[in-house]
Amino acid sequence: MTLYFLCLMLFCVGLYGVLRKRNIIKMIVGLGIMEYAMNLFFVLMGYRFDGRAPIYAKDQEILNMVDPLPQALVLTSIVIGLAVTALIISIALRIYEKYGTFDITKIKKLKG
Amino acid sequence: MIDNPKSGMTLIVKTITRLTVGLILLFGIYIILHGHVSPGGGFAGGVIVALSFVHLMLAFGKDVAISKVSKNLASSLESIAALMFLSIALLGFLGGSFFLNILPKGTPFNLFSAGIIPLCNIAIGIKVGVGLFAIFLTLVIVEKSK
Amino acid sequence: MKAIDIIPLFVIIPLAAAFLISLVGRFIKRSSEVIIFISSLALLGFSIYARFLLNSAPGKILVYKIGGWAPPFGICMVMDGLSSFMLVTVNLIAFFVAVYSLSYMNQYTDKPKFFTLFSLMVCGMNGVIITGDLFNLYVFLEIASIASYALVAFGTEAEELEASFKYAIMGSIASAFIFIGIAFLYSFTSTLNMADMARILAYKQNAWVIPFTGVLFLMGFGLKSSLVPFHAWLPDAHPAAPASISAMLSGILIKTLGVYSLVRIFFNIIGSTQGYLTVLMFLGAVSMIVGVMLALSQWDLKRLLAYSSISQVGYVVLGIGLGTPLGILGGLFHLFNHSVFKSLLFLNSGSVDYAAGTRDLKETGGLGKLMPVTAKTNLIASMAIAGIPPFSGFFSKLIIIIACIQKGHFGYGLCAVIGSILTLVTFMKVQKFVFLGDVKDKLKNIKEAPFAMVFSTVCLAIICVLGGLMLLPSLRFFLDGAVAVVLKGTSYAGIVLEAASRP
Repeated sequence: MTLYFLCLMLFCVGLYGVLRKRNIIKMIVGLGIMEYAMNLFFVLMGYRFDGRAPIYAKDQEILNMVDPLPQALVLTSIVIGLAVTALIISIALRIYEKYGTFDITKIKKLKG
Repeated sequence: MIDNPKSGMTLIVKTITRLTVGLILLFGIYIILHGHVSPGGGFAGGVIVALSFVHLMLAFGKDVAISKVSKNLASSLESIAALMFLSIALLGFLGGSFFLNILPKGTPFNLFSAGIIPLCNIAIGIKVGVGLFAIFLTLVIVEKSK
Repeated sequence: MKAIDIIPLFVIIPLAAAFLISLVGRFIKRSSEVIIFISSLALLGFSIYARFLLNSAPGKILVYKIGGWAPPFGICMVMDGLSSFMLVTVNLIAFFVAVYSLSYMNQYTDKPKFFTLFSLMVCGMNGVIITGDLFNLYVFLEIASIASYALVAFGTEAEELEASFKYAIMGSIASAFIFIGIAFLYSFTSTLNMADMARILAYKQNAWVIPFTGVLFLMGFGLKSSLVPFHAWLPDAHPAAPASISAMLSGILIKTLGVYSLVRIFFNIIGSTQGYLTVLMFLGAVSMIVGVMLALSQWDLKRLLAYSSISQVGYVVLGIGLGTPLGILGGLFHLFNHSVFKSLLFLNSGSVDYAAGTRDLKETGGLGKLMPVTAKTNLIASMAIAGIPPFSGFFSKLIIIIACIQKGHFGYGLCAVIGSILTLVTFMKVQKFVFLGDVKDKLKNIKEAPFAMVFSTVCLAIICVLGGLMLLPSLRFFLDGAVAVVLKGTSYAGIVLEAASRP
């Protein structure tokens, strides 16, 4: 249970970074932390006590495996995270080109 | 261009890079090809392949890496790999269902086994390798917009 | 090929089109336009064909097992009344928007890139609608979202980049909530197949997991569909995109990613309780009023339309949240109608922008004489969105209001009436400042938009006028099929698994 709460704390750290930081690069880092927290959480969901890596090998019989499905799903989610991060960083670079600053409080042409 | 002391890092880094970059590339290809019998596969191997080019770029400057794989070539290869993956999936229609594994499965733990899975891994490996390299390239050369 | 093999084509065609365009679009001139036209026409044809195929299917459901793996082990694609309804809506709008973009995108550089992203977005939406697997839904949702983040920033001007950044951050937070919700449901049921999950949830009682995931999904999909407490990104993101993309975003993206997923998960998987329905109704009513109030005070045409989208999605959510057959019918019918007329309004705003070079209501005026077709289509769309009798919007709003009164929610019914009147005021303002009055001097020599743009706006206007005919008994099957799926609730599980067990 402690591990899950630590995941939650990590998630909250990320959320804090996204919501409260003024530098947009720091916001992106916060987003990354949030993604790691949720991936970690999902992998932990598939853990079994004394489980081994879910790999079949020659001449070996493994009885107690951890759940392999969340690991496959988390891999997908990491790829998605990579795509989002790459896109947001390139947008942030263009924003810097246009506004000359990374400070979110100075980037406000829109009223929102 | 490669021996231009102005671009890239110091001589030590360049020498080490020259020695290791081929090994990294080979290791990536190994991971891709053995994706169906051992941990790894298309994505992990593709990332390693991309890292070998990124390594080259960091050590020698961006011009050397672009001379190996230009941005247009990277994006063309990426589309080709995606279409390859899709056509492998479409081949399943020959057997009656989308994504059906129609090739013979062979014996487990052989290099030539598991039907279409190695082919999928190769397609994914190319896609991820060039895709990641293209992302890195676009972030390095931010074109000045008009 | 068997008839059922058309189901995966809804994902294959746009995906193949996207990568073909990005491959050959740079080398062969105009090839991207040919590919996008053929692919979206094929998608529209297939989606309508699939609707008729469904009528003859046993149990009105088709389940496609990818790779021959039966659920719950493999990913399956489920085509039932609701999916088919959404597919027709999405592909109809996507086709007309694609035709519109053929001319409209001439003012931007790099058409092939635009059409690549457009195809990917359509692929993501079709995938979300047709998949029967919860994680697959998340993946397709992210494909559509990432493509739309990139499309919002397509112009790479300062405002567009800022809007896209805001949209991407909000969208990522929404995705994070959805992902955690899926993780909880997976750990609770040990399956990801929607039907199997519903079957297990039905007999596994737990006091806190299901309400907790319900809240997570409500936050995630509420952000995606921009219900009122979560709406802050929409008025920035939708106007910033090119007009054709605004039409896609407002017309179908928020409904597919938000409302459809919400309905599928709350009604068919978790099972709707009165608690969820009350929350949905409340959020719908608040969105309805707040959205239109904010729309009233806008002077930027596209921003006004974006705020009005929030209000109209409120109607859809209110109708579905009522939970009665009539309410759901009204909600889904309004979803279809709103897709048509809001896309039309955004396309018209694009035509105005294309011709006049501005979309500020204070700077335009008198365009009715110079752009007669656009003015007429805009008038039709405005009347439809405001609910003037012969047009489609009237019937759906009337059904929602009647359903409110039938259920005894007079307050919500009153909200719907007030929202409708305020919408009328909003669009009278648009009509007055854009198309009526005297022509400003610098706008003297503008012309009507090119043929492709006029063609798609006129077609959408015709659908707006004739939309009410869908309530005729012979055409009711289109809506009734969708309503039946929502009303079946968690017995969806048994139907899908039974259909999947057929060879």
